[in-house]
Amino acid sequence: MEGSTAPKQEREHQPSGGRGEPWEEMTAASSQDPQPGSSEPPASEQRPHAGPQPRSCPPRSPQCRGSTPVGGLPEPGASCAPSPPQQPPSTPPLALSGQDPAVPGRTDKTTSATPDARRPPRDRLRQPSGGAESAPPEPGRSKGAALQQFQQTDSQQREPKDVSCNNSQPSARRADTLQEGDANASYDPDEPEPAEPEAAPSVLEIAIRNAKAYLLRSSSESGLNLYDHLSNMLTKIFDERPENAVDIIENISRDVKMVHFSKKLDTLHNENEMLSTYEIAEKQKTLFLQGNLEGADQELEDEIAENPLPNVMESAFYFEQAGVGLGTDETYRIFLALKQLTDTHPIQRCRFWGKILGLEMNYIVAEVEFREGEEEEVEEEDVSEERGDGESEGEEGGEGESPRPSYKAPQPIPKEESRTGANKYVYFVCNEPGRAWVRLPSVTPAQIVTARKIKKFFTGRLDTPIISYPPFPGNESNYLRAQIARISAGTHVSPLGFYQFGEEEGEEEEESEGGRESFEENPDFEGIQVVDLVESLSNWVHHAQHILPQGRCNWFNPIPKSEEEEEEDEEKAEEEKEEEPDYIEQEVGPPLLTPISEDLEMQNTPPWTTRLSSNLIPQYAIAVLRSNLWPGAYAFCNGKKFENLYIGWGHKYSPDSYTPPAPPPVCEEYPSGPEVTEMDDPSVEEEQAFRAAQAAVLPAEENEGTDEDEEEEEDRD
Amino acid sequence: MDADSLLLSLELASGSGQGLSPDRRASLLTSLLLVKRDYRYSRVLFWGRILGLVSDYYIAQGLSEDHLAPRKTLYSLNCMEWSLLPPATEEMMVQTSMVKGRFMGDPSHDYEYTELQKVNEGDKTLEEVVVRVKEETRLVSIIDQIDKAVAIIPRGALFKTPFGPIHVNRTFEGLTLSEAKKLSSYFHFREPVDLKNKTLLEKADLDPSLDFMDSLEHDIPKGSWSIQMERGNALVVLRSLLWPGLTFYHAPCTKNCGYIYVGTGEKNIDLPFML
Repeated sequence: MEGSTAPKQEREHQPSGGRGEPWEEMTAASSQDPQPGSSEPPASEQRPHAGPQPRSCPPRSPQCRGSTPVGGLPEPGASCAPSPPQQPPSTPPLALSGQDPAVPGRTDKTTSATPDARRPPRDRLRQPSGGAESAPPEPGRSKGAALQQFQQTDSQQREPKDVSCNNSQPSARRADTLQEGDANASYDPDEPEPAEPEAAPSVLEIAIRNAKAYLLRSSSESGLNLYDHLSNMLTKIFDERPENAVDIIENISRDVKMVHFSKKLDTLHNENEMLSTYEIAEKQKTLFLQGNLEGADQELEDEIAENPLPNVMESAFYFEQAGVGLGTDETYRIFLALKQLTDTHPIQRCRFWGKILGLEMNYIVAEVEFREGEEEEVEEEDVSEERGDGESEGEEGGEGESPRPSYKAPQPIPKEESRTGANKYVYFVCNEPGRAWVRLPSVTPAQIVTARKIKKFFTGRLDTPIISYPPFPGNESNYLRAQIARISAGTHVSPLGFYQFGEEEGEEEEESEGGRESFEENPDFEGIQVVDLVESLSNWVHHAQHILPQGRCNWFNPIPKSEEEEEEDEEKAEEEKEEEPDYIEQEVGPPLLTPISEDLEMQNTPPWTTRLSSNLIPQYAIAVLRSNLWPGAYAFCNGKKFENLYIGWGHKYSPDSYTPPAPPPVCEEYPSGPEVTEMDDPSVEEEQAFRAAQAAVLPAEENEGTDEDEEEEEDRD
Repeated sequence: MDADSLLLSLELASGSGQGLSPDRRASLLTSLLLVKRDYRYSRVLFWGRILGLVSDYYIAQGLSEDHLAPRKTLYSLNCMEWSLLPPATEEMMVQTSMVKGRFMGDPSHDYEYTELQKVNEGDKTLEEVVVRVKEETRLVSIIDQIDKAVAIIPRGALFKTPFGPIHVNRTFEGLTLSEAKKLSSYFHFREPVDLKNKTLLEKADLDPSLDFMDSLEHDIPKGSWSIQMERGNALVVLRSLLWPGLTFYHAPCTKNCGYIYVGTGEKNIDLPFML
């Protein structure tokens, strides 16, 4: 390639040498302007971006003649060389743009116009010469650049003051330029092509080049050029081959631009974004790995020992028949997460309770029962007891003079022991399978009672405070636990006969009137007809204890204890007796294993809906039970097996809208009685009468006695 | 959700716990295809399921070429035989606004409620009139309300052609992750209402071929949407809190998006208390 440039240069020198001389003389004479000279070398280096340079030319045109050679002085041959092509380049664009008629007759200005046109060719020359030293010139590039120059000269010519050429010369000049352009573009030293046959097609070629140069011009705003944009669009279209490309060309164009614009921003964002994706994938990977490892080690033990892990997938299959449940992969992840839970805790029995939806995250709830005696104690001591202590201290520490507030908070109802009542099971929650399981605290009656009065969305973060009226004692973990207790008590059902009361519980039953508290699986359970389950609600029974209005499953009588406490203070005991009856009637709910057909109906809405999972193949269908009271609670039974599941927001349904509880009654003022009202002040007559009476009693000490009396009377007032 | 890609959509929307049993799925895949042929819809959406006490309504919608044109709604009880519902009118809305409670699952069921009406014969008297509303009417009205309130579509999935009709944007490649987390990237899938009331300043940034619908971010009350990233950012799920049961899913950077309603067809008017 280097070889090719050298001859080119020479060749250009030679023709220019003869013709260029007069120019050189003229320019040398008036070459005093140092500024253009200094500015030129850089300009010629950045030739592809030569846009601004020629723009500055027209105003200078009178001086230009002289100024250009200054830059060209070091190599006069080069600077002279442009002179022949300088005019010709201007003509073809003219011819193309159809401005020829405007040009003729202005021959006098040719001289002024030529300097403008001179620069481009000279630049063209320079680059090859400069490039010959460092790198081989790129023909295509220089061609494009040259075309750009042409384009610019064209635009300059539209300005009236610089018009280039005589009409008489164009053909000769054109031929000249064409040769020149040809030499520049595709000069091959081995077989130099004759210039003449090229002449005809090259008009078209130049037009094409012009158009391409125009397309290649980059926008000042975005830095893009249309040429690249179009080629990107076409690439995209060919890559993707959309159905009706012509209809959506605008969108493709926009997309291509968008990609160009937001590339950097995207990578920045995506890196951050992807992190959390990887993070959860990493966590879930441990689920799968842990399954492998544990399985290999403990396979035998697990199989021998009673496995606490429930068969989540099997019940998920049945729930899927019912049209309920999570996706298959999510279910399996939960399955693995449950396995992780049972492997890390001493768990005797475990069950997938369900999923509670939240605003930001969801809760996956596992219901577990610890092995006997191995329960991990959680040191969360109830607030209610502390509150009671504080009050008693306040009473003792009274100051005697001013009356202490006689209001006593209602007796806090103790929470049920673990493994009984509402705290029969322990619940673990996690936001996503793979994340850590969190044990929920045991539930207190106060929380249940309050939870019945409020309706709040779960946020997905356990430490969120519950801001509500009436104030909820605890944060979201307590509220979640209370709702779980309520939902379990309401919707955990089993087919009739699956569970039976344990033998040994029979005696206790008489003591605790609330009913028997525990049950066991009936070994003789022979299954139940699915059709029966669907047709009659009485074939389903509750196997979770009913929660009393008090907030407990087993009745706790608050009165006896409170009376004992208050024996010291008789007055208060009397007050209480006035307010409340001596005993509170015991709250009784339906006992365990009550058929759900006896559930209360809400305003024409039956509490349960039963259905066959498939009407098409009824012989293999399963019975599906849906709770209307707790939307999202489902149960299925295929005759032998059953399972309960809850997926939903954790709220109870009511046909009416939620009504916030009424504010508590305002306390009565103290009744106006003899303790409050006072007598009128003693009148003078009374005092005189009194004095007279005193005088009669104590005639001896008149003066002193009266004084004292008066003082006493004043005190009394 | 699109009836053509029903299975994938169901899988994606399964996070809320509501799905379809295998036999329902199979019958929907069959029957919706026939619906598309018989009614000559350009696209059929499986809209969702309204849970009744006795049986459920399965709802499908047919779209014409112009996606914002009024949609035709069909319902079915067994997923095979579809019946066309009449378009909803204002009058229906007024009538059914008095009806509360759950759907029965029987389209010919009559709801009765008494209304005090003025009878201007002589003196002004109030008379109790028993009004009967057919469940079908209520169904139409509820579906229309849900559609107008919470049907959503990601920004860019539809575009306005120069001739006016709204078409599916075939080059829609899904929202990027950062966009997917913002409510402003989702639009109400209905004729714009609020857009006309915007100031010129607010409209200045909008792209007329994309931003021709109302955005979700100005919904009242604020916080009537729960937006969650599931499966480690591989899936965005929007749940409406105003109409609990509506789930919208979108896998960022893919075309998969859609919504499904599975619920009782009752509006959650307790929302302000619950937030």
